[in-house]
Amino acid sequence: MNKFCALLIDDEEELVSTLTERLEFRGIEAEYAVSGSEAIAKMRTKPYDVVVVDMKMPGLSGLDLVKILQKEHPSLPIIMITGHGAPADEQVEIPAGVFDYLPKPVSIEVLIKKMSEAVGGKA
Amino acid sequence: MNHPEEDVISVAPMARIPRYRRFRRIFVLLSLFVSLTPLLIMTTFYYHLDQTALQAEINYNVSQILSNTKRTLEFIIEERLSALTLMVNQESFEQLSGEEGLLKAFQNLKNSFGGFVDLGLIDSDGAQHHYIGPYKLLNQNYNDKSWFHEVSLRNIYISDVFMGHRNFPHFIIAVKKEKRSGDFYVLRASIDLAMLDRQFHTVDYNREFDAFLINKDGVLQTESVEYGPVFGKCPLEVPKYAGGREILSQSHSNGKITVLGHSYIEKSPFILVVMNQRSSLLKSWLTTRMDLVWFLLVSVVLIIITIILSANYMVALIREADLKRTKLLHNIEYTNKMATIGRMAAGVAHEINNPLAIINEKAGLLKDMVTYNEAYPHREKVLKSVDSILGSVERCSKVTHRLLGFGRRLDSHREIIDLETLLNEVIGFIAKEAEHRSIQVNIKTAEQVPTLESDRGQLQQVFLNIINNAVAAVADGGLIDILIDAPTHSTVSVSIKDNGVGISEENLKNIFEPFFSTKGQFGTGLGLSITHEIVEKLGGEIRVSSKLGEGTQFTIILPA
Repeated sequence: MNKFCALLIDDEEELVSTLTERLEFRGIEAEYAVSGSEAIAKMRTKPYDVVVVDMKMPGLSGLDLVKILQKEHPSLPIIMITGHGAPADEQVEIPAGVFDYLPKPVSIEVLIKKMSEAVGGKA
Repeated sequence: MNHPEEDVISVAPMARIPRYRRFRRIFVLLSLFVSLTPLLIMTTFYYHLDQTALQAEINYNVSQILSNTKRTLEFIIEERLSALTLMVNQESFEQLSGEEGLLKAFQNLKNSFGGFVDLGLIDSDGAQHHYIGPYKLLNQNYNDKSWFHEVSLRNIYISDVFMGHRNFPHFIIAVKKEKRSGDFYVLRASIDLAMLDRQFHTVDYNREFDAFLINKDGVLQTESVEYGPVFGKCPLEVPKYAGGREILSQSHSNGKITVLGHSYIEKSPFILVVMNQRSSLLKSWLTTRMDLVWFLLVSVVLIIITIILSANYMVALIREADLKRTKLLHNIEYTNKMATIGRMAAGVAHEINNPLAIINEKAGLLKDMVTYNEAYPHREKVLKSVDSILGSVERCSKVTHRLLGFGRRLDSHREIIDLETLLNEVIGFIAKEAEHRSIQVNIKTAEQVPTLESDRGQLQQVFLNIINNAVAAVADGGLIDILIDAPTHSTVSVSIKDNGVGISEENLKNIFEPFFSTKGQFGTGLGLSITHEIVEKLGGEIRVSSKLGEGTQFTIILPA
């Protein structure tokens, strides 16, 4: 069922590596990047079915990365995560085309559910 | 909800502030002082000026009348006295004692001078030798009469006015003539009082002045307008003899000026008295005085009305300006506070949420490892611990989200609100302090309290402010009771009652006034003022009742 490949991008390596490992525990192919540029580089070498992007990152921010990804991979579903609380609490505009938005800390079950929906929707 | 009525304050804060009442009072009093003082001084000055002028005029008039009348009276008396003296000097006793002699003399006197009623010739024994007149007085003996002795000593005599045998008021003039033999005789004439009286009527001064004669015993010798007919007792004190000088004196009573003039009439027992009591001048003075009083009254009333209206208008303008300023300050304070809370909340949330997420994922990974490995040692115990970690993470996460939710609501928007949930959220902020200080916070909701459509963020502000105050007011182990009720079908009330130190009656009056603080340098004095304004903006009302040492109850009534 969960046969898709996900790329998780967050500057907190501890978080993103653990999340990746946990996804793998559940049979989901996942990789991670700790910066926007690393993510762009990875995506140029390998296609992913879904990306999960942290909103606030040093250097290339999550929002800027989303814009680049949308340009380079227009059909790629993107899920954003943030430490700024519930979606309604966020004070920045969520770019159009982002599949969903999850507050930190993220429940693994919720994340998988959202990714499945995103990939399914794409399919 | 059962407040003793006198303790309850429900205010539009600016309208009932003692500061404005005090300001208005000071303005009114100062303005009244500045405007009325010159007016009163000027009026008093003119009053005295007018009074002085009037006095001078009355004095002058009285003096004129006194001197004219005195001259006339003295002339009349002197004329008659001279006529009699001439007669006794020209005619001898023998000539006068003949029938023809005295009659002729009497007729001459009567024709030339008038006023003579009769004429008698009396010898040195007091016996009336001859008498010409309408009465039977021949052979009357006057030897024992005091006047006879007086004339024999002083050569002339003028009597008081009396009735005597003649039965009408008259007085007598008697002159003594010594014979060559050393003996003497007296010529005695009665003069009708009408002779003198006429003078008072001819100079009647339009009844403005009262002029009359009195004798040395204070008995009226002529009629007085003021004191009645002749022979009446005049209540005025008999003035001391001062030669022929005219004396003026003034007296004031009941606002009336009385100028009294008197003078002794030479060679007679008469004292001429002139007074102005019925003077038209006095009437004009009284009219002037009334005019002055009216002028003063009308001016004072107009000034008072103008000052009060100006004071009201000015205080209203100042109040309005203050209100605007306060509103602005409130907005600035509120916006600053919200912005600060928002910034802090976002920072805290982000900084805490990230490590929380890591803890969450690490714990999750641990759980995964144990879950997917059936043979993991102490599996149950580890799973339980991990679940506990995850539960704590979730609790922390709720706190950060609540903080975010509180700070972010800068813009007002209305939504359906369940008051108990909202109050529980607010209490969440003070829960730790309450726990540490063993303060018991109870929330009770009455039955059938309707939901409320209002602004969540602003209501949170209101309740947080009041509950924070309550926490500050109670001692450790104190009690805060919150009751949600519906006093009417269209209102919802929240009363927050503490058993803290209470608020004094004086402070209670000012509690919603901007910049009023009992916290000294630790308070801005804007908290309750802002709270009051928010409640008003939400269409509600805030009341407070308090007793020193017993506690305070705030009640917020909101439209359902």
